Amino acid sequence: MIDLSTTYLGLDLKNPLVVSASPLCEDVDRIRRLEEMGAAAIVLHSLFEEQINVESHDLDRYLSHGAESFAESLSYFPDMAEYRLGPEDYLEHLHRARAAVGVPVIGSLNGISTGGWIRYAKMIEDAGAEALELNVYYIPTDPELTGAQVEQMYLDLVRDVKATLKIPVAVKLGPYFSAMANMARRLDQAGADALVLFNRFYQPDFDLEKLEVVPNLVLSTSYELRLRLCWVAILYGRLRADLAVTGGVHTAEDVVKTMMAGAKVAMMTSALLARGMGHLATVRAGLASWLEEHEYTSIRQMQGSMSYRSIANPAAFERANYMKVLSSYTLRT
Amino acid sequence: MSRPQVTIDGNEAAAYVAHQTNEVIAIYPITPSSNMGEWADQWSAEKKPNIWGVIPTVVEMQSEGGASGAVHGSLQTGSLTTTFTASQGLLLMIPNMYKIAGELTSTAFHVSARTVATHALSIFGDHSDVMATRATGFALLASNSVQEVMDFALIAQAATLEARVPFLHFFDGFRSSHEVMRIEQLTVDDMRAMLEDDLIRAHRARAMSPERPVLRGSAQNPDVFFQGRETANPYYLACPTIVQNAMDQFARIVGRQYHLFDYVGAPDAERVIILMGSGAEAAQETVEYLAARGEKVGVLKVHLYRPFSLEHFIAALPPTVKTIATLDRTKEPGSPGEPLYLDVVTAIHEVVAAGSAPFRAAPRVIGGRYGLSSKEFTPAMVKGVFDEMAKPKPKNHFTIGIHDDVTHTSLDFDSAFSTEAPETVRCLFYGLGADGTVGANKNSIKIIGEDTDNYAQGYFVYDSKKAGAVTISHLRFGPKPIRSTYLITEASFVACHQFSFLERVDVLKYAAPGGTFLLNSPYGPEGVWEHLPRKVQAQIIDKKLRFFVIDAFQVARDIGMGQRINTIMQPCFFAISGVMPRDQAIAAIKHSIEKTYGKRGEAVVKKNFAAVDAALDRLHEVRVPSRVTATFDMRPPVPDEAPEFVQKVTATILAGEGDSLPVSAMPVDGTYPTGTTKWEKRNIALEIPVVDVDVCIQCGKCVLVCPHGVIRAKVYSPDLLAGAPATFKSAPARWREFKDQVYTLQVAPEDCTGCRLCVEVCPAKNKKETRLKAINMAPQPPIRDQERENWDFFLTLPEMDRQVLSLKDVKDVQLLEPLFEFSSACAGCGETPYIKLMSQLFGDRALVANATGCTSIYGGNLPTTPWTFNRDGRGPAWSNSLFEDNAEFGLGMRLALDQQREYAAVLLKRLSATIGDELVEALLTADQSTEAGVKAQRERVKALKERLRGQEESAARDLFSLADALVKKSVWIVGGDGWAYDIGYGGLDHVLASGRNVNVLVLDTEVYSNTGGQCSKATPRGAVAKFAAGGKPQIKKDLALLAMTYGNIYVARVAMGGSDVQTTRAFLEAEAYQGPSLIVAYSHCIAHGYDLAYGMEQQKAAVQSGYWPLCRYNPDLVHQGKNPLQLDSKAPSLPLEKYAYNETRYTMLAKSDPGAAKELLELAQADVRMRWRLYEHWAAMQAPGGGEQKLPGPAPVEKRE
Repeated sequence: MIDLSTTYLGLDLKNPLVVSASPLCEDVDRIRRLEEMGAAAIVLHSLFEEQINVESHDLDRYLSHGAESFAESLSYFPDMAEYRLGPEDYLEHLHRARAAVGVPVIGSLNGISTGGWIRYAKMIEDAGAEALELNVYYIPTDPELTGAQVEQMYLDLVRDVKATLKIPVAVKLGPYFSAMANMARRLDQAGADALVLFNRFYQPDFDLEKLEVVPNLVLSTSYELRLRLCWVAILYGRLRADLAVTGGVHTAEDVVKTMMAGAKVAMMTSALLARGMGHLATVRAGLASWLEEHEYTSIRQMQGSMSYRSIANPAAFERANYMKVLSSYTLRT
Repeated sequence: MSRPQVTIDGNEAAAYVAHQTNEVIAIYPITPSSNMGEWADQWSAEKKPNIWGVIPTVVEMQSEGGASGAVHGSLQTGSLTTTFTASQGLLLMIPNMYKIAGELTSTAFHVSARTVATHALSIFGDHSDVMATRATGFALLASNSVQEVMDFALIAQAATLEARVPFLHFFDGFRSSHEVMRIEQLTVDDMRAMLEDDLIRAHRARAMSPERPVLRGSAQNPDVFFQGRETANPYYLACPTIVQNAMDQFARIVGRQYHLFDYVGAPDAERVIILMGSGAEAAQETVEYLAARGEKVGVLKVHLYRPFSLEHFIAALPPTVKTIATLDRTKEPGSPGEPLYLDVVTAIHEVVAAGSAPFRAAPRVIGGRYGLSSKEFTPAMVKGVFDEMAKPKPKNHFTIGIHDDVTHTSLDFDSAFSTEAPETVRCLFYGLGADGTVGANKNSIKIIGEDTDNYAQGYFVYDSKKAGAVTISHLRFGPKPIRSTYLITEASFVACHQFSFLERVDVLKYAAPGGTFLLNSPYGPEGVWEHLPRKVQAQIIDKKLRFFVIDAFQVARDIGMGQRINTIMQPCFFAISGVMPRDQAIAAIKHSIEKTYGKRGEAVVKKNFAAVDAALDRLHEVRVPSRVTATFDMRPPVPDEAPEFVQKVTATILAGEGDSLPVSAMPVDGTYPTGTTKWEKRNIALEIPVVDVDVCIQCGKCVLVCPHGVIRAKVYSPDLLAGAPATFKSAPARWREFKDQVYTLQVAPEDCTGCRLCVEVCPAKNKKETRLKAINMAPQPPIRDQERENWDFFLTLPEMDRQVLSLKDVKDVQLLEPLFEFSSACAGCGETPYIKLMSQLFGDRALVANATGCTSIYGGNLPTTPWTFNRDGRGPAWSNSLFEDNAEFGLGMRLALDQQREYAAVLLKRLSATIGDELVEALLTADQSTEAGVKAQRERVKALKERLRGQEESAARDLFSLADALVKKSVWIVGGDGWAYDIGYGGLDHVLASGRNVNVLVLDTEVYSNTGGQCSKATPRGAVAKFAAGGKPQIKKDLALLAMTYGNIYVARVAMGGSDVQTTRAFLEAEAYQGPSLIVAYSHCIAHGYDLAYGMEQQKAAVQSGYWPLCRYNPDLVHQGKNPLQLDSKAPSLPLEKYAYNETRYTMLAKSDPGAAKELLELAQADVRMRWRLYEHWAAMQAPGGGEQKLPGPAPVEKRE
């Protein structure tokens, strides 16, 4: 019997397949189906503090717009006694998702203010999340803002949230740090229970006819996995925090690679959006088959086996590898 | 028992009792009563129960006629039922009121009394509507103040159940319906105690039921009808006592004692004024003032006007009375006197004749009119009436409050006379609609009324403009009860929340000497003085005002409040006025912010808190110099070159001095000159569009969409540029036909509202900096003078020859002169671009029948109106009849035109020998289907008139007077969806079915926009609107489809933002079609809840989602063997949600009731799919047979032009 179980954030998981934060998780029926397909844990879509604020300001603006101007129309809308503008819907959804599935449900939060991060994190904990993923998505466009300042913001955030919560906290971050390994260690020291590598930066596109910048969501490919593999492999064994891979996990082989690099879990969204939720069962079955075919008895057996620490030639993860790739690429062309 | 003190207006007070003491409520919007229905609908949507624990059913009907019918039916079936209305709405209820009263049915209607339209519409208050119901058999019960509105709503409900006489409880529109006062709120226990369960059960027992079948509503003959009518007498005889008993019972429970007639004043008064409504409060204030000074005067306040109890009336009058003056807030032309006067005369006569009079001698009775259309009624006027009564021969049938220099009815009065209590603090605030001033003041009144021991009153005067509206808040508070039902004319505190007002509004006119002036100023305490006009400087110095400034807009910008400065100015008011300790005031303001905005989210509360905290730090007192130093003054209301009427009348109204205009200044029959908006330079836009000629592609889209007609284009000879101002812009014209000419796109800088629709619709982007387009917004003040000069020069350039333009091309349409300009519609209005387009295409030969609504308000509300004329003096002739009858009104125009043309044809033939056969033949057979054809016919008519000029024969003179009828006329029936889908649908359907050549333009905003966004049958499923607070559950009516089923009606569904080409073609085809045409035009609206700058983009999304499929149904195509239905948009390519959820009307449901929102959105999406399939199928059908086909439905009327 192949043992696919793993642990993540102190949670025992039946396998390493976790559905990452995405609109897929906005519906309880879909969450239930994802569990049936083999998901070992669900990270809910993110609660966006900014969105709550924007919706709140918009409602206020448009309910007030044009009001008290003209004698016949002193307002244009009924002003209801109550609106659900805060995180209530999200928290209720979290609560219902918890009740609907047996696997752990992890909340996800994207905040913009220190107060907001802490307040909403606590609400998510109180609503029953088994862990919280901090979805830190920040583009430092201000030329006056230094890398050190940005890093300190991350660290302060993790420290503040950890000081407030009892449940484990994962930090999902992007790869754009000058010293990723050092940053990872400092986050680890700040109390992060897991690092989720990496957030995908959704680069907008240009519409050449309209001369406009347009949002352009492109699903990930297995190719994107490599950056994650590289950093997980480098960081494995050097941190107390768990490592998770998100972005580029599409096949059973991809999952095997993430495990070998040293991740505790492999998170998927794009593959499920592209191929349907049933694909999760395919990956799970493929994973079991791969282990069986290659005579592995458990996931734990392979976790970190191809990490920086464990491979014969660690330089493969360093500059030499980069040079070799380039030269081989040149040769092929 | 202690009862809550609440600070509310009269409408809320009435609705509060009505909602709790009824089971069924039928509603329909009409100003100023709409809020009562809105409250009732909202409370039921929020599941608030009545006093019996059941949520009242609130149903919106298609008209007041419909509402009264539903009320009648519900009453007949045993439920406690009510309705709310005013003015024309009440008139539409009259037939049912006769029935309800005739059947002795218990109900209490609540009416905020409003002027009935005569020579003009007025939304304001008087008793002309109530007086029109005197004969219905309803009891008429008048409330004079907000407290009385709440109290009498309950007394009426109690009395009607016992009396079986239905009640019309009324109070003055705006003055009482909208005045905010601190009052004591009745409790559920009070209401339970007043309403006897046995009487309610008796009401129910009289209901129709198949368990105990009866027949009610029989038809009767001369033998018995009369006797049957007289059976009601005992009920009417008993009614006054029942009402007094209810008042006495109310006094026992609540502590306030009322009487059918309440007398106030000297017990031995010799002069007594009798009146009802809010004016009675001002009269009481005056009487108390005068009586305290020894004058033998009194006022008799009428509460129960019908049934008129002679006994109670006489008993209430002091027997010492020698002269009585009755004051009626209505006019009954041709009558020997107004209603109350006649009643009083009759009463006095009867008691004297019967020998039962308590008077030593019969008092002299005079009567007069006051306060029509909310005309101010002040203590000075009351004193003027008393003074007249003291004369040996007082004037009868007088007017008070105006200067009647025609029939000399008016009484003189000393306007300086004042009875204002010195302890009462009076404050005036001048604000802009958009800046939140009124909201802040309503909050302040609440705070003062509920957090201090003061009595408090707030009354708000609004503009007749929808964009850039000036609001004036009148706040009173003090230790004594406030009965001042009139505007403040001496204020110890004046705040001006918009610096730009100083150059056009005399804000310090009513500042009291030694008072305080607070100004929102972009200039600080050191620099502000030099920016004040001379008059303002002089007023500050002469009146010795303390002067404070704050740059509230900068604070708002810093905090992200946009243009809203309400919570910035409010703490300044409290800090300066000292009405409360500063800390207590700040705490109260914050508490109020939490109460008001808390439900809109924490972020909003925080933002407003930040505004409060930041405000006081930026508040500075200005050291006032000792002399006037400004080199400029306030601007005159209109320029010197304006025509005489505009100079004499319009300018006076614009200056806020309309009250001073004498009767002789007014047109006798409501006829006014058009083209007057051009004289009112409002300068309301902070930013205006500026053209970049290097980027502009001359497409004309900005000109087309501009709702206010402020962007214009001309193509002209470059020679004409000689003498152009230095900054005047032009570029080579990008037309093949006009390649040697130049093109100018010019903005009217002082008329623009800054809506930004033009910028958003502009397709041309600057290649170097893509954020810029061919037109970009720029601050107005620095370029105002330069662009004014450019605009004036632009107007001197010639208009294009219409004959050389291709009217179906948007690019050419931009060159047509609009004959609808600078309307007072909301900035970014979605309706006016269509109206303007119609005026460009057909305006010089158009007659417009305009339904009441937004279109009639921005189209016809004084002081200035936007319909205008061209250089030949031709332009649309416009009229508004009513709300419900507009299609019929327009049809009448068509019938008259056709009839006149027929008569002219007869006369032409009769006089052909004199006129000449050739000209007669040409006139009768002219092809006027093109611009050239119309022009040629005008020339012929000109020639005809020349030949007829001076002829004395009657037929020749008749033909001369009818000659213009030979030129093709275009009748446009214009209105909104409230008219077309609801109240006017029956008439519209009939007119469309008539086959006559009329063009109907329905500006579909999907709500009753003018009255504040109530649901109509055009409201889409899932959208929130007033009267559909829970989201509209039903599908939108497909008006276009219904019209298409006739087969002989030209129908188009258009959305300018979806396709401006299709819109233009539809207008041309509709007008060309020689039968009835209907254009249903998607009109984005402020009531949709998004930034209207994106209105055209949203229209496009409506089309792309399939929500608004573009189509044209042209019966003429049948004759060509084609399918008459053409679909002009592609199959839905956007999920409905992507369109709908850009708008607050949809998203607010998702926030207030997510489950319902989801369900309704799914249903709405299914509606879209189903309708698209239907249209697609129809459009794909082969026209059977091809060639000539017989049209279904009535045959089109013979071609007449």
